[in-house]
Amino acid sequence: MEDFNWKEYLKDSFISMLWFSLLLFPMLVMKITVKGGMADVTYRWGYLVVIPVSAFILSALWKYFRERQQGGDKADKRGEIAALFRRTFIENRTVKKVSIISAILIMAFYPVFSGMYNTNVMISALIYIMLGLGLNIVLGLGGMLHLGHAAFFAVGAYTYGLFFKYAGQFFVDAGISTGWMFWIALPAGGIMAAVFGVLLSLPVLRLRGDYLAIVTLAFGEIMRMVLQNWGNVTGGATGISLIPRPWLFGINVTPRLAAVYIYYIVFAFVIISIITVSRLENSRIGRAWEAMREDEIACQSMGIDLVRNKLTAFILGSVWAGVAGVLFASQTTYINPDSFTIWESILILCIVVLGGTGSISGVILGALIIKLLPEYMRAFAQYRLLVFGLALVLMMIFRPGGIIKKVRKIYRFPLDEENDAAAEGQN
Amino acid sequence: MEKIMEIDNLSMVFGGLKAIDNVNMSINSGAITALIGPNGAGKTTLFNCITGVYKPTSGSVSIKKPGQKESEKISGLKPHIINRKGLARTFQNIRLFSNMSVLENVMVGRHHKLKANIMGALLRDRKTREEEEKVVNDSYEILKKINLHKFVNEMARNLPYGAQRRLEIARALSTDPFLLLLDEPAAGMNPLETRELEDTINRLRSEEKITILLIEHDMSLVMNISEHIYVVDYGKMIAEGSPDEVKRNPDVIKAYLGE
Ligand SMILES: Nc1ncnc2c1ncn2[C@@H]1O[C@H](COP(=O)(O)OP(=O)(O)OP(=O)(O)O)[C@@H](O)[C@H]1O
Ligand SMILES: [Mg+2]
Repeated sequence: MEDFNWKEYLKDSFISMLWFSLLLFPMLVMKITVKGGMADVTYRWGYLVVIPVSAFILSALWKYFRERQQGGDKADKRGEIAALFRRTFIENRTVKKVSIISAILIMAFYPVFSGMYNTNVMISALIYIMLGLGLNIVLGLGGMLHLGHAAFFAVGAYTYGLFFKYAGQFFVDAGISTGWMFWIALPAGGIMAAVFGVLLSLPVLRLRGDYLAIVTLAFGEIMRMVLQNWGNVTGGATGISLIPRPWLFGINVTPRLAAVYIYYIVFAFVIISIITVSRLENSRIGRAWEAMREDEIACQSMGIDLVRNKLTAFILGSVWAGVAGVLFASQTTYINPDSFTIWESILILCIVVLGGTGSISGVILGALIIKLLPEYMRAFAQYRLLVFGLALVLMMIFRPGGIIKKVRKIYRFPLDEENDAAAEGQN
Repeated sequence: MEKIMEIDNLSMVFGGLKAIDNVNMSINSGAITALIGPNGAGKTTLFNCITGVYKPTSGSVSIKKPGQKESEKISGLKPHIINRKGLARTFQNIRLFSNMSVLENVMVGRHHKLKANIMGALLRDRKTREEEEKVVNDSYEILKKINLHKFVNEMARNLPYGAQRRLEIARALSTDPFLLLLDEPAAGMNPLETRELEDTINRLRSEEKITILLIEHDMSLVMNISEHIYVVDYGKMIAEGSPDEVKRNPDVIKAYLGE
């Protein structure tokens, strides 16, 4: 870049340096320890050097990448390379097939070659893939910003939990294995979530964007508070424990075997979710959703019932969360309201947005990153939210579509010329 | 002549502004009727009231489909219901589904003629697949009528401006209307495109038996194709009649040329 403005560049970085030093001074340089009611301030002067230097470097890097992203010719060239990369690795059918098959194979044999701990970690990652795909129906397909997804997760989990709490004794008395309850709870959890979905959506679907987000957020909190405070029914903050694992041919399974068994159940559900979402996307209703996201007024004027279509998306998403909830309860065998806080909803949202709104492979990748990384990098666990926040901000700026951008399959009319051209191409 | 739409004492008030002020209007079956008036006269607002985008403050709109005896009130209904009753429209500020292909835009218009439900989408049974195949073919036929079939697989946003306007018409047609409301279909078109548009509109009327109500600023187009013209100014209907009558009407001349 010839007309590179060094002065401007340095000036901006310098200003950010001062700004950050000022901002972070009380937090990082001054350390306050309270001892016997007395506040004791220790100054950590080392930070006074670290902050400005890192702020300066980060700000300079930031500007550099911003400019590179917006830069004309260079950006074009990079775009070309990216397109080439996409063509050879992502859109190439063989590559796609091979990677999908190997991913499925790895996942299918995962519990065989990994221990119980890893299997359990992977189960929760898979459950989050389901949650992400469910939210993806609402957000990616239906275009509704839904911040209360965890509430429906809770509905599913508590459907199973409460069913066990109140009907478990009956099963024991009748001599039926309580493991059967899982198979009853599974559809019931989905149905209950659908019922709650309808209840919430009736007043909510007329709202748009921010309002919808606020109301769903509030709903999530209300749900959690009800679970927490309605102690004599829901078990309150202590929750419900000893929830039975799924029935397996009457075998009294060891925890290790149970984990493997649940793994495969969850894995099957993930596969079903993937197929469902991709089929929905490429169907009549998927088309209507797409049109709805593009322009609601035009869509309505073409005879499409917005409320009905939104309701469908919302309920489907909720059902998915409900089923995931039942699976979650059977995996952990213990649930309490802490598993269904606002943060859980936000985490699921991060999975979808970070991975790529509307993109199935994106959501899967997002869930794996967000659930597995903190698990295996315990050292960073306490900075988790910070890192996610930062990742999201960077993402919004540099790659607003998410890690894997959604590529929609477009209906094509088979034109004769195109067939000819294709035939020529093959010769 | 049979009347297929009747607007009765319709008013639409925005805050203190009477965008439409006690308008009466009727549309004859099979006619091409034009609605003209200076900028901001309330033409688009009237379309929005007819198609359910706005709920009129007072008054009513009723329709009588060709061949039906009873007329029914449609004002106050939701836009999609009104569309399903056979009224389709285009938008002055083009509102295509720009990230969908030309074909898909038209397919969306056929949405409510299709039956496939969630189960169909998930199972992809034969009925669903056949239906999808049929809607693709039907949509292509509709595009042919408007001479857009060569763009069939293009993204709507990549079409030239004139073609986008025509796609608006094709999309509206795909909902099988008996009354088509066109909001400035010739805006931004060159003279050649306008002439083609004129042909298309005439053909829709004669071959498809569709009644047309159009808003247009291109006076030569309006005078050429419409049998009946309504003139609005400041929300009031100031004149109506045949093109010749309207042209000579002193109120109309005043509204257009100013005092
Ligand atoms: N949603 C709305 N809220 C407030 N005022 C509106 C609204 N829609 C239209 N108006 C006002 O109503 C009046 C009529 O607008 P309208 O768009 O119907 O005019 P028009 O005849 O279509 O003009 P043009 O020829 O420029 O398209 C204008 O003064 C406009 O500002
Ligand atoms: Mg207008």
